[in-house]
Amino acid sequence: MAPRPLIRLARRGLSLGLSLLAIALAIFGLLSLAPGDPLAQMPLTLPPEVRAAMREAMGLDAPWPTRLGLWLWQALIVEPLVLCDTLFGTTWAEGAPRLISWHSRSPVMGLIADRLPQTLRLMGLSYALGLACALPLGLWQAHRYRSTADQATTALTMTAYALPPFVTGLLLIWVFSITLGWLPSGYDNSLRITDAASLGTELRQLILPVAVLTLQITAQLTRHLRASAIEVLGADHIRTARAKGLGPRALLMGHVLRHSMIPVVTIVALGLPQIVGGAIITEQIFAINGIGHLLISSIHAGDLPVVQTITLLVAVLVVLANLLADAAYRWLDPRLTR
Amino acid sequence: MSLRPSRALWALGLMVLGLLAAPPLWAPGATAPDLTLRNLDASFAHPLGTDRLGRDRLARLLLGGQISVLTGLAGMALTVLLGTGVGLLAGMSRRLDPWLMRLTDLCLALPMLPMMLLVVMLFHGPLTAALGQTVGSFVLITTVIGLTSWMQCARLIRAEVLRLSGMEFTRAAQAMGVPPWQVAIRHILPNAMAPLVTSATLAMASAMIAESTLSFLGLGFPPGTPSLGSLLHEALPYLGTDPARALAPGALFALIVLIVTWAGESLRQSYDPRQ
Repeated sequence: MAPRPLIRLARRGLSLGLSLLAIALAIFGLLSLAPGDPLAQMPLTLPPEVRAAMREAMGLDAPWPTRLGLWLWQALIVEPLVLCDTLFGTTWAEGAPRLISWHSRSPVMGLIADRLPQTLRLMGLSYALGLACALPLGLWQAHRYRSTADQATTALTMTAYALPPFVTGLLLIWVFSITLGWLPSGYDNSLRITDAASLGTELRQLILPVAVLTLQITAQLTRHLRASAIEVLGADHIRTARAKGLGPRALLMGHVLRHSMIPVVTIVALGLPQIVGGAIITEQIFAINGIGHLLISSIHAGDLPVVQTITLLVAVLVVLANLLADAAYRWLDPRLTR
Repeated sequence: MSLRPSRALWALGLMVLGLLAAPPLWAPGATAPDLTLRNLDASFAHPLGTDRLGRDRLARLLLGGQISVLTGLAGMALTVLLGTGVGLLAGMSRRLDPWLMRLTDLCLALPMLPMMLLVVMLFHGPLTAALGQTVGSFVLITTVIGLTSWMQCARLIRAEVLRLSGMEFTRAAQAMGVPPWQVAIRHILPNAMAPLVTSATLAMASAMIAESTLSFLGLGFPPGTPSLGSLLHEALPYLGTDPARALAPGALFALIVLIVTWAGESLRQSYDPRQ
């Protein structure tokens, strides 16, 4: 019998593949159920034979198993192979039909690759900052459980959690850009970082968008960290550590933190879809040319291939993050692997 | 967090009633365009002034609040209905349970905003053509919200069904020959009311946020029937010159969502013995 970690890995991989397939199928189902005509936005003066030729070129009249097969093949096999080609210089995907944007007539993945770094930078910075704020805040709240400070902070995090990013973003722009005039209200996408001055401008224009997203992430994480740290603080081994004479700092950092991190990892993974939504809205408010901006502008332009590819890509990223969280979970709680 | 659930629910009910009653009471024709009254400043007749088509801003704001609350309530109803259905089915049927729970977990992991946007993009045109701008948007938005947020409620109800179906009184009912669906409706659901109401309140908050997000991105209600999100969407370019126009709907929306969330949280805390 194969060793257990290998079996577990194989099972995770299988379920990952099945979820990807299910998501791709769901998106395809939505597209084929939709009653709209993708050519509706074309001029009405188009002769019928040109219209028919366009439909054929877009593959709209093929029977649905052909369209499904093509979509699955393009999205799950050709595009990853293209990625592999550009990364490692192989030529596996040469000549294969790629997903083409209807609007810009270029490969969808090229458009996405231009936009993805901005989104990843925004979300990465916000997650780093959010974790850096949430960890001490949650632990401190649990330490001061039921004090006035704890209750006030809970009210604050609940408020920040309940308010959607477009309300907090609006408020921050109004206070810091319009009233005080300290920070730019929008994001200048054409800025190139060449020297210290342009780096400073870049950092200044990143502050507000990152703050909006960080607020959401901090509120989400702090609430769960506080609850789980309160639970851990009541455990027997914490009482023993206290009886040994450990100070609150050593107690919280050495004993409580790792234990209360376990549910937090799950929350990071489970809360990711919500944060992705927040990032889309934040990009829209501050006009950052990331994935979310591309998604919204493609929706307004009726560019289906781009919209469906971004939806699939974001879903894939979230599923992968869940897989990572699962691994982190086992690392934090070795009891699970035994 | 000393807000008592009864008080929070009173505040919630009063707010909903107030918002539903306000627009008809407040000058019924004030949201119709009137070009003789364009761009007026605040006065006694128009406390927030009028916009560039001569519509009273306060009346539009209240109408927006009403539409947001109505969509929130409808979205909540659909979410709870779907969630309860799936949860009951999963809890009662051994055979369906693993499949339904796998589906629930998969849906929970999906990023819902892109999915919602995709559905709205595909179905918006045909539905509004068939049902009219306002009704079509309302039906579409409510359905999309229900379809993307039933999962939490389903998990909660399933857990509650599993807990209750092991208890004496449901087993007694089963032993007396009551059919399973009647056990579910007469004995299990009434006892699961507390978590159900809690999750319904929280679902209303998230439904309102989802609706206003769609409207804010310009994919929700048409300009003639503004929700608070569409008012914000319209006002965003004028934030520098006319901040009150964007801040007023933002503040009203924040107030409504906060009241709903506080009511939900205080309910949750009073039913959660760990807190």
